[in-house]
Amino acid sequence: MAYSEKVLEHYENPRNVGTMDKDDNHVGTGMVGAPACGDVMKLQIKVNDDGVIEDAKFKTYGCGSAIASSSLLTEWVKGKTLEEAGQIKNTEIAEELALPPVKIHCSVLAEDAIKAAIDDYQTKKK
Amino acid sequence: MKLPIYLDYSATTPIDPRVAEKMIQCMTPDGNFGNPASRSHAFGWHAEEAVEEARKNVAALVNCDPREIVWTSGATESDNLAIKGAAQFYQKKGKHIITCKTEHKAVLDTCRQLERDGFEVTYLAPETNGLIDLKKLEAAIRDDTILISIMHVNNEIGVIQDIEAIGEMTRPRKIIFHVDAAQSAGKVAIDLQKAKVDLMSFSAHKIYGPKGMGALFVRRKPRIRLEAQMHGGGHERGMRSGTLATHQIVGMGEAFRIAKEEMATENERFRALRDRLLNGFKDMEEVYINGDMEHRITGNLNISFNYVEGESLLMALKDLAISSGSACTSASLEPSYVLRALGRDDELAHSSLRFTIGRFTTEEEIDYTIEQVRKNVDKLRELSPLWDMYKDGIDLKSIQWAAH
Repeated sequence: MAYSEKVLEHYENPRNVGTMDKDDNHVGTGMVGAPACGDVMKLQIKVNDDGVIEDAKFKTYGCGSAIASSSLLTEWVKGKTLEEAGQIKNTEIAEELALPPVKIHCSVLAEDAIKAAIDDYQTKKK
Repeated sequence: MKLPIYLDYSATTPIDPRVAEKMIQCMTPDGNFGNPASRSHAFGWHAEEAVEEARKNVAALVNCDPREIVWTSGATESDNLAIKGAAQFYQKKGKHIITCKTEHKAVLDTCRQLERDGFEVTYLAPETNGLIDLKKLEAAIRDDTILISIMHVNNEIGVIQDIEAIGEMTRPRKIIFHVDAAQSAGKVAIDLQKAKVDLMSFSAHKIYGPKGMGALFVRRKPRIRLEAQMHGGGHERGMRSGTLATHQIVGMGEAFRIAKEEMATENERFRALRDRLLNGFKDMEEVYINGDMEHRITGNLNISFNYVEGESLLMALKDLAISSGSACTSASLEPSYVLRALGRDDELAHSSLRFTIGRFTTEEEIDYTIEQVRKNVDKLRELSPLWDMYKDGIDLKSIQWAAH
């Protein structure tokens, strides 16, 4: 399978790989996917008191497109408010990375990951 | 050392230069280009001679009578001819067929087609090491079983089934026994005087011959009859019509001749290279070999690096031509049906790589492969949330994953 330049670039140089303290009240963690399906994404966001995402980290088990989708997502969400970040659509990720139809699920997973991270953060705040 | 390194010899092999040389002699106006079926002139006679010489060479590798070899376009056609041909010819005796879940698609899909035509097929599950439990096979045999089709060597995991023992089971019961030997000819000794196999499929391009060329062994004693699948000029005793492709046939013959000569020494060399490769991974954590190591061809290593997804690993290993049992390499999104049939967890199936060593593999290439694999498995594990969880002692099975 041929990968787009952008997928390759993110795959070779993934941005924001890492882990944050999931017990920190400012950190929201989303983990989506399943090992049996061949991809698991863990996305963490650090949110400041103004509701802006200051930092984002990811770890992904999956194909190159899944890794690229999560890497791209961490770049996009930084500096966004939770509301803005929650509006990121999988189609935008798929388009940016020129994912072929068989890899669209990778971008869906990335969208699910940011939503899950936001949910986790908001649940903690309550 | 030339990059990328080819370690996918079970997918196909390059034509051996000695084979290509022989093939080229059968094409051009100066060469042996005649139609082997032409009886009225020397062009035909010479071509026929070359074809019969090749038939002898193919027969010699597996110790059968040359008259038992039928030329086909490849192992897929051989499998189709054997299974459909035998099923159709003997259907009055019964309509039950037995095969195995880890067979090649050329066998499985042919059986599926026969199911649509009113046959009943039992798909045996292999044991976790990929081998068939002969007692389970015996238990699956019914009064109306007419055909059993079991591959000799599996294409993904390289395990060798005990076809001699199966033949002892089928012959007294007068059940036809077909063996797909595409991955075994030239790699494992085959003696058709001993093994009670009735039909055996061969491929040329898996052992340094040309693509688009194969053969089917059809036993004469006891005589096995087949319903032809390709009708026409009545070539190959009516079992497979179509003008014989002299250059292809000569290529297959030469490939089989070389295989007979070099198989023993080649196997020793492959084993040393394969063990070197395996040893290179021995001290890594969470590495699993797929399939039995003892009953296995020397050139195959199928191995799972847990917590790393196969396709992303292949992407990193761009200087290596290998294959993965991960779904993502194909359009299906399902991981390897062979590894699943062994009862391997899906995540291990997704994490598998198949290395197949061949005639032109060098020690230097193996060492480079080890270095590349180790480096990139480490890199991807650093990226893997599952690796973190494993390191934290979390049992992945205790987590409720959302399948998607």
